[in-house]
Amino acid sequence: MIGYIIRRIAQALLVVFGVTAVTFTLEHLIPGNLARAILGPRASGAEIAAFDRANGLNRPVAEQYLTFVSRLVRGNLGYSYRLNQSVDSLVLHQLPNDVVLVGAALALALVIAIPLGIAQAVHRDRPVDHLATSAAFTLYSMPSYWLAILLIAGLSTALHVLPPEAPQASTVGGLLADPRALVLPVLTLTLVNIALFSRYMRSASIDTLAEDYVRVARAKGLSSRLVLSRHVLRNSLASVTTLVGLSIPAVLTAGLITEYVFNVPGVGLTYYTAAVNDDYPVELGITVLIGVVTVLGNLFADIAYAVLDPRIRYRHE
Amino acid sequence: MSDAARVPGRVAGNSALRTFAGHRLGMIGLAGIVTLVIFCFLGPLLYHTDQVHANIQLTNLPPAAGRPLGTDNNGYDILGRLMVGGQSTLEIGFAVAILATIFGVVWGAVAGYTGGLADAVMMRIVDIGLAIPAIFLLIYLSSVFRPTILLVIGVLSVLSWLGPARLVRGETLSLRTREFIEAVRMMGGRRTRIVVRHLIPNTLGTIVVSATFQVADAIILLATLSFLGFGLPPPTATWGGMLSQGTTYLLDGYWWEVYPAGFVITLTVIAFNLLGDAIRDSLDTRLRQR
Repeated sequence: MIGYIIRRIAQALLVVFGVTAVTFTLEHLIPGNLARAILGPRASGAEIAAFDRANGLNRPVAEQYLTFVSRLVRGNLGYSYRLNQSVDSLVLHQLPNDVVLVGAALALALVIAIPLGIAQAVHRDRPVDHLATSAAFTLYSMPSYWLAILLIAGLSTALHVLPPEAPQASTVGGLLADPRALVLPVLTLTLVNIALFSRYMRSASIDTLAEDYVRVARAKGLSSRLVLSRHVLRNSLASVTTLVGLSIPAVLTAGLITEYVFNVPGVGLTYYTAAVNDDYPVELGITVLIGVVTVLGNLFADIAYAVLDPRIRYRHE
Repeated sequence: MSDAARVPGRVAGNSALRTFAGHRLGMIGLAGIVTLVIFCFLGPLLYHTDQVHANIQLTNLPPAAGRPLGTDNNGYDILGRLMVGGQSTLEIGFAVAILATIFGVVWGAVAGYTGGLADAVMMRIVDIGLAIPAIFLLIYLSSVFRPTILLVIGVLSVLSWLGPARLVRGETLSLRTREFIEAVRMMGGRRTRIVVRHLIPNTLGTIVVSATFQVADAIILLATLSFLGFGLPPPTATWGGMLSQGTTYLLDGYWWEVYPAGFVITLTVIAFNLLGDAIRDSLDTRLRQR
């Protein structure tokens, strides 16, 4: 078990290292050079040389990379020349908003998708199952912004039930002070996540229902409710950890789009604004952050799975 | 020898084809795709519209006789624009699926068959690629470079081969210990021969299914990129771009500028997903026996 965890952590570190290499390469893809991109087309040669010297850009590439990594290790994600602010402070300020939005949507989606998947597996090929499968399939095939637009058109523009924009507050307290305005963004993300999860939960539960231990539990006379809660649900929960870990990129993507559509003051919207304004340091800093979050998420999911499911542990020993 | 070896494969292929033909949803998906291709590529031959010159006298007109879906804010006919926009969308979707699949399959098969250090290194590279969600990289690259069709195809392919690579590697790992691969090795078959003639053909089912989903994913990514304003610049028409432009008029009640593009994107993705599911079902022998 310990061996497996150590190996898995080493692997994750390697991947994080790779993410920094990719980001560093991305920074050097900028046509012309970074100084020109930041100082503008009218900067003189001397100004550019001074900028390069100040930021170590006149050093050999290998040395620049080492500086880049050591900066990241110290938790410094870079500096936005446009906003005159460190990327860290920018992100730290907005991250709580994302945690609220994405966290609420994720929790809601799991609370709905897990029972839904099990119910579909139990009532397999009945009308309920077909209905839920079709709904999930349609949601899954929809770009998330299209879903957001439909919700706005229906619930805001036509029925005037909910505001089409998220609360325009920069703090979590401010966001929560206007819960009505949070409904649409959270609903959009929740639906996207349910579509991701329920398909998987359905097939995982179908497999679990066919397992011998479920048949034994039934044969010894356990009520079907107990079979479902003690055996099917518990075993399905183990695979949910993996599922959530693997879905992080998809969830973050949907998060970015939801923040864009509903104007949620979060990291995704900041990334978008930075891209529009050619604020490369912000884009690259957030890219590294997101890469690390994804890798850590996968790592925790794998470790949690190994803890929850002894078979995995023994296989790796 | 070779004929005898081929017969079981052909029988399996035929029965998979029969299963697929009996798969109602799969046939609907296929029919949808064929209809779309006809609509986008043959439609403009029958329904002539000017999608190049803006006409400010015809902006934001509601549907009427002669313009079934109205016009947009540049005066372009929306039905005609859906056809033209579909051409670039489908072309990019297919090109990305083909490129990403070929590269991913070779990568996965080589990694899985070679094993050891090479496999570890190759798969860590895949992990690194998967660690950064594609949309973030796409937005970054589009903010740095001016997107062209070729650049978009290239970038989408670079981001899309990772999935197929993982799938094929997984299959290769289980295939390489099988007797027929052992036999080829015993007979002195070289590594290239084993990978190209034996491993890859045996993962063909997985490959076809994954390629179908790749088209759907590429279309969603492309539409999302255009929606966010980082897609192909005008005068290229794309569905995502149409939708993005149309949503500005959502509050004005110009529904014809929003819904047609959105529905076409969703229906296209549904069609490819249905087809992919159906092919997977018909190739899955376990399901077939049930």
